[in-house]
Amino acid sequence: MEDRIQGNLEETEYEELGDDQKVSIGKWFLLNAPPGQVLQVAKDVRELLTDSQLYDRAASEAFPEYNVRSMISLEMPDGSGKVLLTKFGELDRSHFLVPRTASVAVVDHVKQMCTEVRPADDEELPSAYVEGFRFCVDVALLKYVDEAFQGGECSVYCTKGKDLEKSGGEFEVTVVISNSSYSPKNFRGGCWQSVWGVLINEELHSASLQGTISDGKDAGTVIVNSIEHLESVFLSNLEEQFANLSDRTFKELRRKLPVTRTLFAWDKALQLSLTREITREFSGNRR
Amino acid sequence: MEAAMDIMRRMPPSLSQQALDSLLALLPAHSSELLSRSDQPLQVASDEEFDKHYLLCDYNRDGDSYRSPWSSKYKPELEDGVQPPAELRKLEQEANEVFSIYRDQYYEGGVSSVYVWEPEDGKGFAACVLIKKDGSDAGDGRRGLLQEGSWDAIHVIEVKEDQERQFGHYCLTSTVMLALTTANQATGPFSLSGSITRQMETDLALEHGHLCNMGRLIEEMESKLRNGLDQVYFGKTKEVVFTLREPLGVLTATSHIGQSLQRRIVNDLGRSR
Repeated sequence: MEDRIQGNLEETEYEELGDDQKVSIGKWFLLNAPPGQVLQVAKDVRELLTDSQLYDRAASEAFPEYNVRSMISLEMPDGSGKVLLTKFGELDRSHFLVPRTASVAVVDHVKQMCTEVRPADDEELPSAYVEGFRFCVDVALLKYVDEAFQGGECSVYCTKGKDLEKSGGEFEVTVVISNSSYSPKNFRGGCWQSVWGVLINEELHSASLQGTISDGKDAGTVIVNSIEHLESVFLSNLEEQFANLSDRTFKELRRKLPVTRTLFAWDKALQLSLTREITREFSGNRR
Repeated sequence: MEAAMDIMRRMPPSLSQQALDSLLALLPAHSSELLSRSDQPLQVASDEEFDKHYLLCDYNRDGDSYRSPWSSKYKPELEDGVQPPAELRKLEQEANEVFSIYRDQYYEGGVSSVYVWEPEDGKGFAACVLIKKDGSDAGDGRRGLLQEGSWDAIHVIEVKEDQERQFGHYCLTSTVMLALTTANQATGPFSLSGSITRQMETDLALEHGHLCNMGRLIEEMESKLRNGLDQVYFGKTKEVVFTLREPLGVLTATSHIGQSLQRRIVNDLGRSR
């Protein structure tokens, strides 16, 4: 029981927050939920906001942003697989392109569900020429993701120059890999996202990831191989950092043991401080 | 209120100050409970008289002023601010000096403060030992490895004596909050943060006095917490990353490929027998 009559400085400032402020706080909590925990955070926010209308507002603003940022994947109702929600495939807030099946998925963000699938229009898809390329990369990518990322989802989008009809121009595909793992029993969760933009200029026979591509057919494998290589380098660097963490980096904060490599000598330290105390009293000086 | 505590636990530690501020704004009626139940990084103040720093917590607070463990004066100034009884103040001074040396040996920098008070039941005494280390380049970091790095340790210990005054009974509750961001390397900056709380209760002989016993316990506890953070947080984080993305070309017993290979070998062995 709080005693409101006490007039404690902290409690007299009972300024009630405006609705907009409450909604924006609710939205902030939702957006910052760690991987796999957004639904639990949503439950808490609903309780904290008490007013279900305010919660609905916060959720409708937060979930679309959260879902795309976290690159969640949703099962499509026609059984054709999953749709990966990313900014590259976003046609509008609730419509997402699925390049692999050349369709468009309609999404309910708050429910985190795909409600409908329809075939994509010609304008939404890349030209046949560019699609050939995109398809190539996608095939190689699926193999890689299957090996390296258990349960991961991936997609290849055409992000620039999708209407290029023939060789000699420049276009860009974006490779996206997203994997998340959540184990509440073990109190852990995580998510991995990789986004690789590949700029292809056929005149110069080059791609931004690697020097040369020999021919169109190999392109897919070559690009994915470079991605694999770069990601492996990243991973082994990460591994090195983890190893360093305890040895060197953590030491910056607190050593395992003093430089003497023995535990701290408490009794000696006490004697030292007592001696200092006595010297101080003798000399009559204040430090 | 439980929803508030649950959400605090789930928010990334680097955002815990903001999360707390938001909760305080949403639930002003619960502010004192929220403040007492959530751990926040320690704030530093300076004692100009002694030219030293000290740390702020509820135990050296009176109203909006905080008492320095060096001069025992309040800042902002306070007439009749709460002071520990003379005996305890002596112990407090000694503790601050000794822990300062301890801190220097383990932390090579940082700030420490000890506050001692008499508990409500008047039996024995209680103390809190606070240590804060900023290990970043801008702070006390010596090896230039951290862009940001902070360790905040809060130890609260309750001390009672047995009737013959031969043994001390110690109950220690410790929390360490950690946040670090490594300096730019091949992979770019890398951030980790977390906190850990543990309790320890024991009886120790009083031949070297309370301070010695308290010190030993806290030292032991800090080592345990440091190892705990190392294994549970860093080790676990590494495990999670490798679950998300397998290091290909390295066959380990637990990897996806490793396991399927294992199964194939076992099957082949079974068939060949």
